Amino acid sequence: MKARQKRLLFVALGIAGVGAAAAMALNALRSNIAYFFSPSQVLAREAPADHVFRLGGLVETGTLQRQPDGLTLTFVVTDNAEKVKVSYTGILPDLFSEGRGVVTKGKLGNDGVFYAEEVLAKHDEEYMPPEVAATLKPHSDAAKALDAAQKATKASQVATQ
Amino acid sequence: MIPEIGHFALILALALALVQAIFPLAGSFTGSRAWMGMARPLAWGQFTFTLLALAALGQAFLTDDFSVAYVAHNSNSLLPDMYKVSAVWGAHEGSLLLWATLLAAWGAAVATFSRALPLAVIARVISVQGMVSIGFLLFMLLTSNPFDRIFPMPPEGRDLNPLLQDFGLAIHPPMLYMGYVGFSVAFAFAIAALIGGRLDAAWARWSRPWTTVAWIFLTIGIALGSWWAYYELGWGGWWFWDPVENASLMPWLVGTALIHSLAVTEKRGAFKSWTVLLAISAFSLSLLGTFLVRSGVLTSVHAFATDPTRGTFILIFLCVVIGGSLVLYAWRAPSVSTGGGFTLVSRESFLLANNLLLTLFAALVLFGTLAPLIYEAMAWGKISVGFPWFNMMFLAVMPFLALFMGIGHLARWKQDEPGRLARQLWIAFALSVAVTALAFLPGISAGHATVPLGIGLAAWLTFSHLTGLYERLRHKRGLRGALADLTGNSRSYYGMLLAHLGVAVLIVGITMVSHFGVEKDVRMSPGASQEVAGYRFQFEGAQAVNGPNYRAHRGRFLVFEGDRQIAVLEPEKRAYLTGGMPMTEAAILPGLTRDLYVSLGEAVDQQGDWALRLYYKPYVRWIWLGAIFMGLGGLLALSDRRYRTAKQRVQAGDTIGAAGTARI
Repeated sequence: MKARQKRLLFVALGIAGVGAAAAMALNALRSNIAYFFSPSQVLAREAPADHVFRLGGLVETGTLQRQPDGLTLTFVVTDNAEKVKVSYTGILPDLFSEGRGVVTKGKLGNDGVFYAEEVLAKHDEEYMPPEVAATLKPHSDAAKALDAAQKATKASQVATQ
Repeated sequence: MIPEIGHFALILALALALVQAIFPLAGSFTGSRAWMGMARPLAWGQFTFTLLALAALGQAFLTDDFSVAYVAHNSNSLLPDMYKVSAVWGAHEGSLLLWATLLAAWGAAVATFSRALPLAVIARVISVQGMVSIGFLLFMLLTSNPFDRIFPMPPEGRDLNPLLQDFGLAIHPPMLYMGYVGFSVAFAFAIAALIGGRLDAAWARWSRPWTTVAWIFLTIGIALGSWWAYYELGWGGWWFWDPVENASLMPWLVGTALIHSLAVTEKRGAFKSWTVLLAISAFSLSLLGTFLVRSGVLTSVHAFATDPTRGTFILIFLCVVIGGSLVLYAWRAPSVSTGGGFTLVSRESFLLANNLLLTLFAALVLFGTLAPLIYEAMAWGKISVGFPWFNMMFLAVMPFLALFMGIGHLARWKQDEPGRLARQLWIAFALSVAVTALAFLPGISAGHATVPLGIGLAAWLTFSHLTGLYERLRHKRGLRGALADLTGNSRSYYGMLLAHLGVAVLIVGITMVSHFGVEKDVRMSPGASQEVAGYRFQFEGAQAVNGPNYRAHRGRFLVFEGDRQIAVLEPEKRAYLTGGMPMTEAAILPGLTRDLYVSLGEAVDQQGDWALRLYYKPYVRWIWLGAIFMGLGGLLALSDRRYRTAKQRVQAGDTIGAAGTARI
């Protein structure tokens, strides 16, 4: 083989390889992505019923309950408009707490409860997941107005990116 | 006063960087020795002023100067001194300062250890580094000045994020940054070579040791991060395919390809353009990593609070660096000769194949990391890419890498006969097949096809490299010959051997812990016992204890193997006094073949019951052990006498290149 032919062969093999890899990667990606939905979207039936997705919002204060088995926890996630009850069996990350933002990953049950397999943890307690910040609705409660204003600034910062 | 000196030092460093970026480079074209001669002192000045700024910030931390906003946000008078120092790089502004200082340190190192290089080359290299410095110093001064004051001065600081109050994290960022920034040297060498139009074996020989040093730091930095996440986050995981982890893995993958490609360029004069492209990519990916961490565009466990101006600045900087260097590449690279030819069965071919596999995997990781941004931009919805996808991609690409690795080191340069390779490798191959078959037994593989695959590949790497060693020593006379070989000119060979065996060790660790790790979330009452993988954990209850800046509950577990008590584990659940942030401090019984790991969840009721996590992690240490082998291999290669004698050779024979105008 001449050097020229050889180089052509290498290039052709390279293109074929990259093409195959891209096709494989995209195909695999489709079944491995989890979309994000807010409680309002879940109640509007926008979220898939049979596929894993991520649900995010604020953990409503006073809703965290431990079930009798000692390991299952339930809490309500809200975007200040709608609420979805979440059930999770296991140990919550350190930074999980009522009134803070949370992102959970799991499936929606027929009973309307979201069964989370994973509750995402953050390094920084001030950090608000951008998806959550963007979907929060303004509060109605006057006591929470200040909080909402702060959240809105954060949300708009994220939105302008 | 001292913070102002720090601020002023940064401004001076920026001024020096501007001069550094322009004059030595201009001098290399006009042939002005005076201008080129400015390069070394400027690099030293740059380092002096950034170091001064870093010291000023450190001083502000040690003296609890809470009038400096960054200190007030990240320190506290109760914080132990060691963590006051590491808090300097615990958040955004300070870690940038560390980055800029390390960049200047690499510049000063190049200025010091490159006496043998032609002046024009060194002038260009240092100029390119000056350009990179300008970007970082401007970024810091315009968007994230660590010396900003706040008024009124708070009486007490907000404390360092408790997760960062840890030895592993005190040294992880500097190591990782040394790696990231170290690729700037390879980048600067490549750009300087492109500017000068001089890409040859000498250029490859100069950049090789620098690239290897950067790669060692990055390897160890990533391993430290993984180890830290394992014991500190309390989840017992060692890799999460988190965007920030991916951001460090991508430059590592490309950097690994680069050190192998540089070897070919030095020895055979081939792959020149490809090597340059890799050097540009490795550093660009390091910058991209910074962008991903600092801009907060991706949801990540590492994400800091978001600030759009910062994101925009880094994005522009990124475009300038990547765009600029690619334009230069497109302009200059076509004039580069292709160098030595080679046939399909040759060491070059195997190295090229693995280079392509490494870059392919880096591209896949990049795609998976950026996919959420692409979806968002296309308004296809907000997605996250699950770790199963990354695992799948890893399994699709990496086995081939290991397969070729086992052949490449034995193949001859330029041209080899398949028959000769087969004769040398058939025993290693047969042994690996036997090991793979053995691992297929249900008692060992537990039905996972990836267990025999991983074990088989690790065996293949081990046997094939042992074969290589045997073939090498067969021609030496006895043990003394072998010793002479080791102390003589071929340390880089043994470095390669050690690093490649590190890969085998890593594969074993990953395979075992992924398939046979046990993770149990349980509720336990004091006095109760739980069995995990043949070990019995007996819970003795939890008690309140006080630390220097936190209060904690400390659990007590007796661990039994059979009837024999092998350990007492005392995990803690801490609440830090400032901020009240809770923290899980896991307790680990480390071992070469297994770790036992307990972390406390939370108290379930008033009777002393706790929700907690018990783990059995087989061979998890092998993952970091593999990385240590790779790092040591790199060190061994670096100590090869070749780099020192090479210097003398360059000195003697390279006077023609002094003006840097000789073109290929």
